[in-house]
Amino acid sequence: MKQVDLFLAFFRVGMLGYGGGPSSIPLVHKEVVEKYKWMNEDDFADVLALGNTLPGPIATKMAGYIGYRVAGIIGMINAVFATITPTIILMIVLLTSLSSFKNLPWVSGMTKAVVPVVGVMLATLTWDFFKKSKNTLGIRNACLIVGASLVLLEVFHFHPAILIGALLLFALVKKDKTGNDKQNEERGGGL
Amino acid sequence: MIYWHIFLAFFIPGIVGYGGGPASIPLVENEVVGRYGWLSVTEFSEVLAMGNALPGPIATKMAGYIGFQQGGIFGAAIGIFATVAPSLILMIILLSVLYRHKDSPKVKRMTNYVRPTIAVLLGVMTLNFFTTAYEGIGILQTLILIVASFILLEKWKVHPAFVIVGALAYGAVFLA
Repeated sequence: MKQVDLFLAFFRVGMLGYGGGPSSIPLVHKEVVEKYKWMNEDDFADVLALGNTLPGPIATKMAGYIGYRVAGIIGMINAVFATITPTIILMIVLLTSLSSFKNLPWVSGMTKAVVPVVGVMLATLTWDFFKKSKNTLGIRNACLIVGASLVLLEVFHFHPAILIGALLLFALVKKDKTGNDKQNEERGGGL
Repeated sequence: MIYWHIFLAFFIPGIVGYGGGPASIPLVENEVVGRYGWLSVTEFSEVLAMGNALPGPIATKMAGYIGFQQGGIFGAAIGIFATVAPSLILMIILLSVLYRHKDSPKVKRMTNYVRPTIAVLLGVMTLNFFTTAYEGIGILQTLILIVASFILLEKWKVHPAFVIVGALAYGAVFLA
């Protein structure tokens, strides 16, 4: 039953994710966290963070890892298969038979109409992540990291993998303090 | 030999391509057009355009199709495997280590520190999607679709599947 659920969840993700792998992020979130509750928000955030740090397509990394967590190796294969195979078959069939398919006005209209919808889903997810950051780090530190990330990524064009890697390393080497207040102070000062 | 070449052609973009599938597109082009000459630039852009018109991750669609073209079903399987497996295996190993120590304060802190950066990445992606929409269909249609999908998704809690299918239908009729 789990395998069937996995297949259906990632089949929907693959068939509805217009605009490449990243557009499937909010869809995976919907299926995995909200619908089937295979993961909580924290675990999903870790998956997304690491998925962004490692090379390669993001959709299959998410599908593969979540499939593995839920139902082992078979689950992994199942989830990756469900994500990619339907559209690959579609692609091979369409490219070998009617190559003018993509030029049909209604097809390009369909593709274009989905873009803003995915945008809304990404915006909601962004807001969720920001709210959660505010709750765990406090508004000041959350804004600090958001601001710094924005400047480093968009102004100085740092690679996200480098930034995420640096933050992970910083969290790892920073000494553990007892007492929550002290820890909060340290965070503020350390950053 | 061809299978080995297919493997290499997709293994390298898969392992070098940071930033998800779309980031690996120029790397794939470099291999299949530049190094192996399986496709001309025009053919490659045909494949890319078709890949963009269809749902699902783009890198695996390209690997599947080009692999199939060069080496049949087995070629497609190798292309997909080379794209997906290396980074997926790394991901599973790293996350398993992380998960085993998930109660350690260090790991909790890692999650907390990275979250704002992920929010920024998602925010930038959001902006890109809105900009693409604005350039493709204009400000009015973009706003209509944004407002309508926001109400459906957030206020009425409609499953995204129905909203996307709705948008597809809307596009086929009004944006053709």
